[in-house]
Amino acid sequence: MFDLERGLPAKPGVGYKPQHFTDIIDAPGQVGWLEVHAENYMGLGGRPLAQLHALSERFPISVHGVGLSIGSEGRLDPEHLSRLKKLVDWLEPASFSEHLAWSTHDSAFFNDLLPLPYTDGTLAKVVEHVQQVQDLLKRPMLLENPSSYLKFEESTWQETDFLAEVAKRSGCGLLLDVNNVFISATNLDYSPQSYIDAYPTDLVGEVHLGGHDEDKDEFGAPLLIDSHGREVADPVWTLMDYTFEQMGPRPLLIEWDTDVPEWSVLSAELDRAATALDKAQKVRV
Amino acid sequence: MTQISQSTFSAGLLDADFPAPPGLTNAAGEHSPRRYAVYRNNVFMSLRDALGEAFPAVKKLIGETNFNNVASDFLRSNPPSSPLMMYYGAGFPEYLENVPQLSHIGYLPDIARLEQAMRHAYHAEDVTPADPSALSHMSEAALLATKFVFAPSVHIIKSPWPILSLYNFTMLPNQPKPQRRAEDILITRPEFDPQPHALPDEGAVLVESLIKGMTFGQAIEQAGETLQLELALSLLLTSGAVTQFITNEET
Repeated sequence: MFDLERGLPAKPGVGYKPQHFTDIIDAPGQVGWLEVHAENYMGLGGRPLAQLHALSERFPISVHGVGLSIGSEGRLDPEHLSRLKKLVDWLEPASFSEHLAWSTHDSAFFNDLLPLPYTDGTLAKVVEHVQQVQDLLKRPMLLENPSSYLKFEESTWQETDFLAEVAKRSGCGLLLDVNNVFISATNLDYSPQSYIDAYPTDLVGEVHLGGHDEDKDEFGAPLLIDSHGREVADPVWTLMDYTFEQMGPRPLLIEWDTDVPEWSVLSAELDRAATALDKAQKVRV
Repeated sequence: MTQISQSTFSAGLLDADFPAPPGLTNAAGEHSPRRYAVYRNNVFMSLRDALGEAFPAVKKLIGETNFNNVASDFLRSNPPSSPLMMYYGAGFPEYLENVPQLSHIGYLPDIARLEQAMRHAYHAEDVTPADPSALSHMSEAALLATKFVFAPSVHIIKSPWPILSLYNFTMLPNQPKPQRRAEDILITRPEFDPQPHALPDEGAVLVESLIKGMTFGQAIEQAGETLQLELALSLLLTSGAVTQFITNEET
């Protein structure tokens, strides 16, 4: 079962990019832990694995998968599972997480987190896949809420209930992406605070924050896009504060994956994350 | 209620002309192809960017616009078959051979092969190079009977074009203008950065023969009389290509 006391520290963390290796070693600032995308470290050797090993001696590491396709209708790729097992056994990270999404179908990998309807059928499949991963890795994993751009007519579950039920049946924890909550709530026209109120926050082992882009759909309705290519938006920080007020401080990750800036820019985001965590700490005390 | 299988959802991800599946709506329940197009755009752009990162010299040689056009055509029919994006683009060099608009740049597929081999070398297993002094005490007969074990990062690219000169000219500052000649390349990875080396005449045959498991003597014979043996051997011994010498006694 998921246990909040194990895993990552309730400090700011950052999505690791190789161009920041020296900066992180020399001037880590507020960095309390690092997150890496599992698939980038599934090569056989070389600099990526050497850097990761060096970083793991200084920081707790979160391995975050982006290619397992847990929401697939079909079976999980056994080759990919064994690569993941090899990485996790070698690195012994503080946490492993993946997405409530799919990315592989009929052997094509789409390199994006694709959405699934929330039905009894998809629920059973996701639970089966999460259990399979946890049995293989011999540890509970965290499952992340998606950023939604559309609704499936066929969905019969609310996302918060769906995630809670997956966690209840599989014993997994949850990764709460607050930027994704803000994006989905804006795109599908509901209150992000009400999502947080309905969310099983006691199961949250990690929080994500990232930047998004703004667009509109063909009806002129706002369409936010999860780009991870800029600073976290102010209303997302406000939602973060609200969330921390409900559940207390948790490991808080800054994600910046495209147009990756200089370390100083990321470091400033981490300072802001540290301030949010401090505030959450004081509220609890 | 429309049920959307993942086959239906994915059918239009790589094809902009494919209509968005029904049953996908905005908050008001209105059919919204624009919202489906966000996924299509994400897939498309991420794969195109991955190819651009994998083949920077090809991109530079033909320019961003041309590259994006070619990459877009390629990825539609060749999506990744694994989540390991570092290896994406396996069929890209061969694909370039068959793009009529690029046929005037005959060396382009070989540049792509060079970039692909460098990328594989970057992620190859770590090994310790063999100590070349092991050969210095051997008799000539023992040396000729020796077999070489190569590092997993070693790749050979044979080309009728001066591809290393072209690659360096494209990617590095202050490089001489490439001269028209054939160049064969040996890629090694001494520590973390793959190094492309120009092989001397018939050096590629020598190394390929050794990789196949021939003895040094057999490989020399295979390479023929025009082999620049000293240059080739010195390159093999100083570039970290060899991880082990297997002498006759050990075989």
